[in-house]
Amino acid sequence: MSEPTIYELSSAGRTGVRFPEADVPLSALPSAFLRPDLPMPELSEVDVVRHFTHLSSMNYCIDGGLYPLGSCTMKYNPKVNEETARMPGFALTHPLQPEETVQGNLALMYDLQEHLKEIAGFAAVTLEPAAGAQGEFVGVMIILAYHRSRNDTKRTKILIPDSAHGTNPATSAMSGYEVVPVPSDARGNVDVVKLREVCDDAVAGLMLTNPNTLGLFDENVLEVIKIVHEAGGLVYGDGANLNALLGIVRPGDLGFDIMHFNLHKTFSTPHGGGGPGSGPVGVAPHLVDFLPTPLVAIIENSTDEMPPLYGFVKPPKTIGRVKSFFGQFGMLVRAYTYIRMHGPEGLRKVSEYAVLNANYLLSKLEKTYTLPYKRTCMHEFVVEGCWVDVPDVHALDIAKRLMDYKFHPPTNYFPLIVHEALMIEPTETESKQSLDAFADALLAIAKEAHTEPQLLKDAPHNTPVGRLDEIKAAKELVLCCWQPDTDQ
Amino acid sequence: MFIPHTPSETEEMLKTIGVKSIADLFADVPQKYRFPKLNLPTGITEMEVVGELNEYASSNETVNDLLCFLGAGAYHHYIPAAVDSLLRRGEFYTAYTPYQPEISQGTLQAIFEFQTLIANLTGMDVSNASHYDGATATAEAGVMAYHNFRGKRPKIVLSSAVHPHYREVLCSYLCGYENITIETHGEKFDLPGNPDSLVETIDSETALVVVQYPDFFGRIFDLTTLAQKTHEQGALLAVVANPIALGLLKTPGEMGADIVVGEGQPLGIPLSFGGPYLGFFATKKEFVRKISGRLIGETVDATGRRGYVLTLTAREQHIRRDKATSNICTNQGLLALAATIYLSLVGKSGLKQVASLCYHKAHFAANLLNAIPGFSVETKTPFFHEFILKCPRPVQEINELLLDQGILGGYDLGKDCPELTNHMLVAVTEMNSKEEIEYFAKVLQEAANV
Repeated sequence: MSEPTIYELSSAGRTGVRFPEADVPLSALPSAFLRPDLPMPELSEVDVVRHFTHLSSMNYCIDGGLYPLGSCTMKYNPKVNEETARMPGFALTHPLQPEETVQGNLALMYDLQEHLKEIAGFAAVTLEPAAGAQGEFVGVMIILAYHRSRNDTKRTKILIPDSAHGTNPATSAMSGYEVVPVPSDARGNVDVVKLREVCDDAVAGLMLTNPNTLGLFDENVLEVIKIVHEAGGLVYGDGANLNALLGIVRPGDLGFDIMHFNLHKTFSTPHGGGGPGSGPVGVAPHLVDFLPTPLVAIIENSTDEMPPLYGFVKPPKTIGRVKSFFGQFGMLVRAYTYIRMHGPEGLRKVSEYAVLNANYLLSKLEKTYTLPYKRTCMHEFVVEGCWVDVPDVHALDIAKRLMDYKFHPPTNYFPLIVHEALMIEPTETESKQSLDAFADALLAIAKEAHTEPQLLKDAPHNTPVGRLDEIKAAKELVLCCWQPDTDQ
Repeated sequence: MFIPHTPSETEEMLKTIGVKSIADLFADVPQKYRFPKLNLPTGITEMEVVGELNEYASSNETVNDLLCFLGAGAYHHYIPAAVDSLLRRGEFYTAYTPYQPEISQGTLQAIFEFQTLIANLTGMDVSNASHYDGATATAEAGVMAYHNFRGKRPKIVLSSAVHPHYREVLCSYLCGYENITIETHGEKFDLPGNPDSLVETIDSETALVVVQYPDFFGRIFDLTTLAQKTHEQGALLAVVANPIALGLLKTPGEMGADIVVGEGQPLGIPLSFGGPYLGFFATKKEFVRKISGRLIGETVDATGRRGYVLTLTAREQHIRRDKATSNICTNQGLLALAATIYLSLVGKSGLKQVASLCYHKAHFAANLLNAIPGFSVETKTPFFHEFILKCPRPVQEINELLLDQGILGGYDLGKDCPELTNHMLVAVTEMNSKEEIEYFAKVLQEAANV
C-alpha cells in the first residue's frame, strides 16, 4: 500500500499549528506585493505525524541493522550525540551574536580543531566545510592559492588515481584544473612507474584516498608522496576512509599536505538520509595561512582567574569563505562528543575493530566471491558480484536480493576498476553475530544464484516497492506531486 | 560502548582471519609512523560527557536568555514540537542517501514532497533537494548560469543588497573559472536604492543577475522590470528569497525569476550557531537538466505500485566525474525533511499567519523606534521583517548596552560597509511580543543618552 502524498492528504481548512493573534496594531500590507494564493497543503498535526511515521517505516536505517555501504562508514550513531547537539545552550545561539556571548561554542570549536589536528597530524584545521565534497573543494582551492602565491602559474593539472571517488575529479574540474588519471598497479596501489611519467612541473597536486576505495593501504604511499613533492606538487588526502587510521597512522606524518575529515563517517554524526555532513580540512604548516575564513583562535590567554577568550580570526592569505557562518555547528557538537568519549585508546580501538570486522567478513566470503586483490584489507574490501558460470547474475541482483534477507546492500559498481564491484564496509559497531548473519546471507545468495537465479533477478520481493522503473522516472520527469494550474 | 566484541569473540575472529593479533592487520602501514601516541584527553563516560558539554553550552547566552532582534540571514522562529519529534526517528536520521530506492521510500517520498513545496512556495516548476545553505545555493546558481552559456557569458552581476556572506561564497566558488568577472553593483547601499539600477550594467556578456528578495536590508522591490530587462539581454535572473516572506509575498517566479534560491533555516530549523542549515534551489523546467545535486522523480515498479527514485543522476559527480558541473554529494537531507514537516504542519494558513505576524510586529517596532529621539528608520520602501535603524552612536556600543539589559541587538551594518557605520539591521519575528518590542524601544532610548 503506497502512502498518499501530503497534497493528497490535504483537506481544505485544516491546520497543524495555531499561532497567537497579533498583539500589535496591524499595519497596511503592501497590496502590490501580495501573492494571490499560497499553494501549501492543509493538514492536522495528527495527519502530519502519521504521514511521516508511515514514511519512516519504509526506510532501512542503521538503528535497524547492518548498513555495509562501502566508503560511507555507516557506523552506529550514539544517541547521546543527539542530546548534546540539542542542548539549548548550543541550539538556541544565533551565529552573529557577539563573541563574548558564545564563548562555549567557540571553546568547543577550538577544542575540536585541536583534537582533529592531533588525530591526523596537521598544523591547523578549519571546521567550515559543509561536507566531504566541500572539504575537497577547499583543499583544491588551497592548492591553487598556494601555487599562485609563489607565482607558479604553469601548474594546470591534478592527478587522480583511477580508484578515486567521483567527487575528486569533479572538484578539480570545478576549480579549473585538468584532471589526469593515474592507473593502479596489480596490487591495487598507485602505479609508481606511471605516476613518475605524468609528474612534471605542470602538476599542481595529487588527490589520494588512503586506504583507497579498494580498502587497501597503499604500500607505496611514502614514495608516491615523495614523487609528487619532488615535482613541486601538493598531496591532498581524501579522508573518506579515515575510519581505518585513528591511532594507527597520522596522514600528516606520512607527508600529506591537506586532508578533509568526514565527521559524518569517522566521527559518528548521523547521515540523515543524505546529510548534513561535515567536512573539516587539515593542512600542513606551509598552508595554514590559506585556510578559509574564519578560524577559531585564542584571543587572550587564560589567567588564574579567567578562562581564555576565544574569537574568530581571518587567515592572512585566506581563500575566502565557502559557506555562510561557520560550518555545520550541530555536527561539530556531535563529533566532539564522540571524540571526547573515546579518547586516544578508544579511537584506536575504533579503527582496530573496523579493520578486524572487514577482514573477518572478507575471510568468510573470499572462497565464494572473487577477491580481485588478495591482500589484507583495511576497514573495507571489494569483491566481484558475479560468477562466470551464471553470466546473467550481476552485482545489482545480489544487492537487491540482500534486501529480502533484511540487509542494506553494499555499495555497488564502485570502484569503477573492479568488474561488478560490491564494496563492503561493516564498521566496528557490528558484532560477530551480525557479521555472521550478513556473511550467511551473502553465501546463501551465491547458492541461489546458481540454483534459482530468477529469485535474484526478481528481487527484492518483500520491500514496500519492487525494482522501480528508472527510465520512466527520467523520461517523464515528474518532480512534484502537485502544482497549481498555471495560465500557460 | 559502541564496539560489541568480547575478548573470546575477537580471538575467534582473528583465528578465522589467520592472524595472531589485531596489530598484524596493519603490516602495510609504514612502521616508522605506525601506532602514534595521540595526545588527547582520556575518554570519558556518557554521563561525564553530558556534564562536560553542559558546561560548554551553559557558558553561552541564548535567544531564550536574551530578547533577540538579530537576523541578517538566520532567524529566530517558533518550531512546532512535532518537527523534532519526527526528525528524531532513527529510520530517518540513521539512513543515508537513498541509493537503494526499494528500502528508502520514506526518505525519497519526503524529499519529493520537499521539491513540491519549494517549487510551489517560490512559484517555480522544479526544485532540487538540496544545498548546504543559502550561500552555496546562490553560488550554485552562478555555476549553473555559467555552464548554461558554456562559459561564453563570463559576467555575473551581483547586487550589493545580497547577503555579504552569499556574495563572498559566490566569488569563492567561481574564482577557478576562466575569464569570469563578478561585478558587485548598483545599489551600493545608497538608500533607498532600487534593483532596477542594475539594469544598466547588464549586457550581452552577462550570464546571471543576482538579487535578494526581501533584500539583505529587509526591503521589498518589484523585480518584474529587472527580470524583463535581464531577459532582453539574454541573461538569467536569480533571486535569493526568504521562504517565510513567501508566505505573504508575490513569488519571484511570478515576477520572472529563472532561478530562486535561499536559506531554508526559517522553516523549522534551529539557529544552532549557523548550521546545519538548508539551501534550496528552484528553477524553470527548461533548466532541469542543468541543476546540480539530487533530484527525485516519481515512477512505478513492475507491478504498477507508485514509488520514487533519484533521477537524472547522469548529471552528478559519481557518474560524470570531471565533466560534472558540481561536486555536491552529501547535502542537507535531514534539514530538507525538517522543512517539509514544518511546511506540512503550518500549511497554507499557518505560513501566511507567521509571515503576517513578522510583518506587523516589524512595522510596529519600526514605528516605535523611529519615534525615539536620535534614532531613525532609514528604510523608506516597503519591507518585510527587517529594517535599517540609524543610531546616534556606534552600533557596537549600543549593542553592548542592550546586552546588559538582556537584549540581543541588531546586526551592525558598518561591519560590511563603512557608509553604514551607526546603522543597525533590526529583525523582528513572531517570537517578539509587543511587550518585548516596547522594552527594546525603552532600552534603546536610554542607550542614546548614556
